[in-house]
Amino acid sequence: MAEEKKIRVLMAKPGLDGHDRGARVLTLGLRDEGMEVIYTGLRQSPEMIVQAAIQEDVDVVGLSCLSGAHKTLFPAVVNQLKDKGASDILVIGGGIIPKEDVPFLQDKGVNAVFGPGTSIKEIATFIKENARKN
Amino acid sequence: MELVDKMLAGNDASLARLITLVEKEAPEVPQIMSRIYPSLGGAHSVGFTGPPGAGKSSLVDRLTAAIRAKGFGVGIIACDPSSPFSGGAVLGDRIRMQQHYLDGGVFIRSLATRDSRGGLARAARGAFKLMDAFGKDYVLIETVGVGQTELDIVDAADTTVVILVPEAGDAIQTMKAGLLEIADIFVVNKADRDGADALAVELEKMVNQSPKQEWWQVPVIMTQAVKDVGTEELLESILKHREALEQTGRMALLRGRRRRGEFLQTIQQRLLSRLLKLADKDGGIKAALEGVERGEIDPYSASMEILSNKELLHHLLAELEQEE
Repeated sequence: MAEEKKIRVLMAKPGLDGHDRGARVLTLGLRDEGMEVIYTGLRQSPEMIVQAAIQEDVDVVGLSCLSGAHKTLFPAVVNQLKDKGASDILVIGGGIIPKEDVPFLQDKGVNAVFGPGTSIKEIATFIKENARKN
Repeated sequence: MELVDKMLAGNDASLARLITLVEKEAPEVPQIMSRIYPSLGGAHSVGFTGPPGAGKSSLVDRLTAAIRAKGFGVGIIACDPSSPFSGGAVLGDRIRMQQHYLDGGVFIRSLATRDSRGGLARAARGAFKLMDAFGKDYVLIETVGVGQTELDIVDAADTTVVILVPEAGDAIQTMKAGLLEIADIFVVNKADRDGADALAVELEKMVNQSPKQEWWQVPVIMTQAVKDVGTEELLESILKHREALEQTGRMALLRGRRRRGEFLQTIQQRLLSRLLKLADKDGGIKAALEGVERGEIDPYSASMEILSNKELLHHLLAELEQEE
C-alpha cells in the first residue's frame, strides 16, 4: 500500500527584504497543486535554508528575493546544497530579478527563474516535470 | 541498509531520507524498523496538543531552547493538515522555530497528516523511532490544531501536554470527555489575557475532582510562550512526569503495550497488502471484491468465505514466504 511520492517544496526568503506576498501566494498555489509546501518565513541565511531543506528532505527549494541580492544569495544556496550532497534538489528562484541576471543565475546552478507575471500553473508544471522522482 | 548505518552514525540527511521512506510506506520499512530496534528506548516523547493558535509551536520552540540549555539533543515532529481537496499542505510550524535552524543538536521535521484524521501524521510514530535511534534525548511531537476528539497523540507520546488559551470556554467545557482527559500536564498559554486565571481554576477543579491516577497529580501551568514565561516550570513538570513513569514501572508497561500494538498492526498491514496483491492473480478474491462493491454479496459473508478458503490461504502463505 505504498503511497505515491508527494512533491515536497521548501519556500524561503533569503536575505533582508520583508516582502513575502509572492512567496505566500505561491505557497498556497502549490498546495492547491497537491504539493506539501514548507514555509520557513523571512530573513533566512543560505545556511538556514540548506539545513531546513536537508532535514525536511524536500525535492524543491523555492527562493524569493526582492532586495537585489539574488546574485549572491541564490548561488550560495546552490553551492551549499552541493556541499551537503543534495545537488539533486531542484532550485528555483523568483522575485524582482532583472532579465540580464537570469543567464548568470542559471549558469550558477539555479534551475529556473520565474519573474512577476508567471502563472502558478507554469511553475507547478515545471516542478512536476523536473523534480526528482525517487 | 547503508542508509540506516549512516543514520546511526549521525548523518542527518540519512535520517531525513529514512523519515521520507516511512512517510511513503516504502516496502523496506519493516527491515529499517527491525534494524534500528536495538538502538531504541533512549528518547522520551512529549506530545503537544490543543486548538489551532493556542501557541503549540511557540511553546515547543521555547521548550527546545530550555532542553538544549541542559545539554540534551532534541527532535521535533511538527504536524500540519493536508488539504482534503488537493492533497497538498502548507507546513508552517517551522517559522516559530527559526532560532534552532543552525543548532546541530536540533532536528526538525514537518509532516502533513495526509489521510490520517486523528491529529497526527501516520508517519509520526515511525519518525519518532528514527529520531530515538538517531540518539535524540527528547522528541517533541506537535499535533495539528485539534478540537475535542483528535487524540492519536496519546499513543505516540510518553508525556502528553494539552495547551489551552483563555478563550477555550467555560466550566462545562472542562467537564466534557476527550481532549481534556488525556492531559498529563495542562498549560494555559497566553496567560496575560483576561480569563486565564479563571480557566486555570476550572482546570484545577476538574483535575482535583477526578484525579487521573494517584501516582501523578496533573499540574496546571500558566505560560506566555512569546515572552518565554513559564517555560522552565513546564520543563520541570515534564521531567517529573518522566521520573514518575519510570519509578512506578508505568513506562515499561506503556512501551510494552505500544510494542504489542505495533506488532499486531504490522501483521495486519502485511497480510492485507499481500492479500490485495494476490487479488491481481487470484480470481476468487477479485470476484469477492467486485461482488462486495456492486452490493451483490455482503462484506461479512465475503470475508468469511475468503478466510475459510484453504487453498487461497496456502497461496497467501506461499506469497509471504517468497517475500522473505
